[in-house]
Amino acid sequence: MHKNIRTIIWLCVVTLGVAAICAIALNRGESISALWFIAAAACVYAIAYRFYAAWIAATVLTIDETRATPAERLENGRDFIPTNKWVVFGHHFAAIAGPGPLVGPTLAAQFGYLPGTLWILIGAVLGGAVQDMVTLFFSTRRDARSLGQMARDEIGPIGGAAALIGTFLIMIILIAVLGLVVVNAMKHSPWATSTVAATIPIAMLVGFYMRNFRPGRVLEASILGVILLLLAVVGGGWINHNENLRGLFDHDGLSLAWAIIAYGFAAAVMPVWLLLAPRDYLSTFVKLGTVTLLAVAILILQPHIHMPALTQFTDGTGPIFGGKLFPFVFITIACGAISGFHALIASGTTPKLLANERDIRMIGYGAMLLESFVAIMAMIAATVLEPGVFFAINSPAGVVGKEAVDAIAKINSWGFAVTLDQMNQLAKDMGENSLFARTGGAPSLAVGMASIFGNAFGKSMLALWYHFAIMFEAIFILTTLDAGTRVGRFMLQDMLGNIWPKIGRTSWMPSVIFTSGLVVAGWGYFLYIGVIDPNGGVNILWPLFGIANQMLAAIALCVATGILVKSGKLKYAWITGLPLAWLVIVTSTAAWQKIFSDDVRVGFFAAANDLATKLAAGTLPPEKAAVAPHLIFNQQLDAYLTMFFVVVLWIVIFDTARVTLRYLTGKPLLPLTEVAHEPSRLVEDWVRD
Amino acid sequence: MLQRIKHLWHILRRLTGDDAYDIYLKHHLEFHDSSLDAPAALSRKEFFKLWQDSKWKGIKRCC
Repeated sequence: MHKNIRTIIWLCVVTLGVAAICAIALNRGESISALWFIAAAACVYAIAYRFYAAWIAATVLTIDETRATPAERLENGRDFIPTNKWVVFGHHFAAIAGPGPLVGPTLAAQFGYLPGTLWILIGAVLGGAVQDMVTLFFSTRRDARSLGQMARDEIGPIGGAAALIGTFLIMIILIAVLGLVVVNAMKHSPWATSTVAATIPIAMLVGFYMRNFRPGRVLEASILGVILLLLAVVGGGWINHNENLRGLFDHDGLSLAWAIIAYGFAAAVMPVWLLLAPRDYLSTFVKLGTVTLLAVAILILQPHIHMPALTQFTDGTGPIFGGKLFPFVFITIACGAISGFHALIASGTTPKLLANERDIRMIGYGAMLLESFVAIMAMIAATVLEPGVFFAINSPAGVVGKEAVDAIAKINSWGFAVTLDQMNQLAKDMGENSLFARTGGAPSLAVGMASIFGNAFGKSMLALWYHFAIMFEAIFILTTLDAGTRVGRFMLQDMLGNIWPKIGRTSWMPSVIFTSGLVVAGWGYFLYIGVIDPNGGVNILWPLFGIANQMLAAIALCVATGILVKSGKLKYAWITGLPLAWLVIVTSTAAWQKIFSDDVRVGFFAAANDLATKLAAGTLPPEKAAVAPHLIFNQQLDAYLTMFFVVVLWIVIFDTARVTLRYLTGKPLLPLTEVAHEPSRLVEDWVRD
Repeated sequence: MLQRIKHLWHILRRLTGDDAYDIYLKHHLEFHDSSLDAPAALSRKEFFKLWQDSKWKGIKRCC
């Protein structure tokens, strides 16, 4: 294309992007079209990908197309396989995109649509996507080594240990909070519970099909499974209307929590082919399909956002979680903007498939942009709801009151219009008993998605769409739960194996049961507390998860910055140094407030002391007094856990600073572990078959 | 057109791992079948077992 035409096109993209962001930021009207969000996102991503990511790839990382990748050099026909870039992109995206980008933006919508949206866009292009891309690059240059190994080799043993322990703890908290999200979505909902329950035998059937009946026919088995899943959604509606059967699936939060704990243990002990692997296929299909469908529906329907740009809750009094806009919006939205967990996929897993270094920009940077777009869609789905309805669904009973009338009065007093009739009608439309205090983000996201789908593809099936959305969220939350428990078990076996070698043997059944039990007990404890907490548990667990995840991101960025410095690229080290500095500020401030704030809804110790005083004075109602000792202990535990995260973070930062200083003063360092250049023999059309 | 559909189908199979065994066989023929005492290729069922188990050793899914 002629150079001038290209320049004009890019100028148009820039103009449209600026216009869209201004429209979003300056709108103070009743509502705003969701198309502005899509336009802003598309332009920001296009510009960032074309210019920033290309510049990083060419100038900072100096990507070398002629260099053989680990997939080529170590090809074994099994895990190291040079693969078409679209296929690698698909694998990478499916691996990084979990429930995080759906839940985080929904919760952060309590501040209004603007802060979350801006953070998702800016955080992704300057932080998350850069982290994923440079981690992928460095791991590719190091025989596809994992983040922990790279930290140990390049920074030192402390960095390696920090990455390992950090990963393990994040896993525990992540699983607990995701379990809580599922429990809250299934609470007293026979339809949702029966549909989610049905996914277990369906997954087993699919597993049996591809293991024994038609070995390796993954595609056939998955299609069969997806059809069965859709039938399960319809069947759930039938169960819901059947007076005899619905009682079987109508449970309170605590029984459902125990069921999930039992399930998690079983899934970790059972062979992967029976449950975990087939469930993963199904969830990946459903996930990609639903996300595409949502994008199409938003484009067709062009829904209007009803949430204001900013709400009064930026002052820290929000009902969903306590804490001011800064730093908590940056903690609440981790996945979708920047997520440390991605570094674990970008190192170790994806580089084994990468055919050529030139694909790193598209896979590392591009997949994160797509995940960020998923987060934008979740934000749209949460904010198309009337704000009154949004807060009625997401505010825990401990904040707005147990009775519907109280909740309505409280929400109206905040200036958000909603009526009891409106909520009852909505619950009826969605096939639920009640939608009050359904915290965790999943139900409100499902209501938002159902209303978008319903308006785009026919309104008669709202209840079906709602439960389809719940099934969609539940199925890959449960996949994360299975996979996380299993990985946690492997990590624990690995760690304990240093003390007693026998326990490190992954196939020795007593060790499998013991370590799985420990991991399940770990997250099961937090899940249990989250369920009995009258403030909904999400208020505690989600910020804890956010802090942990951002801490892991900071570790990954430390490793990347350290490698850049050691490679003699100090003048470019800001590309990871800048997001690192921001994350350190955000994480440390959030942790400080979670530990020392006097606000009982923010500070862990403040909440523990407040509860202890009330307990001692005997002013608590008996059902609250019964659980108060657990809650007090838990708040204190959370405070120490947060302290631990921050200490680990600062140790790694000082370690990286030490490496940088040694480099600057010319002292000896751990050598770079980049493998030597070996020319690629792969011919273009051979790889891209 | 037919070529396009074939190509998409190929990508879909690759993406899902439906053709993992075919790739393995191709690799085996190319690199391990040259000498007489080379081990025989695994059967589809055996290969699938190994493939699935090794796939689930590390961190494969995140938040």
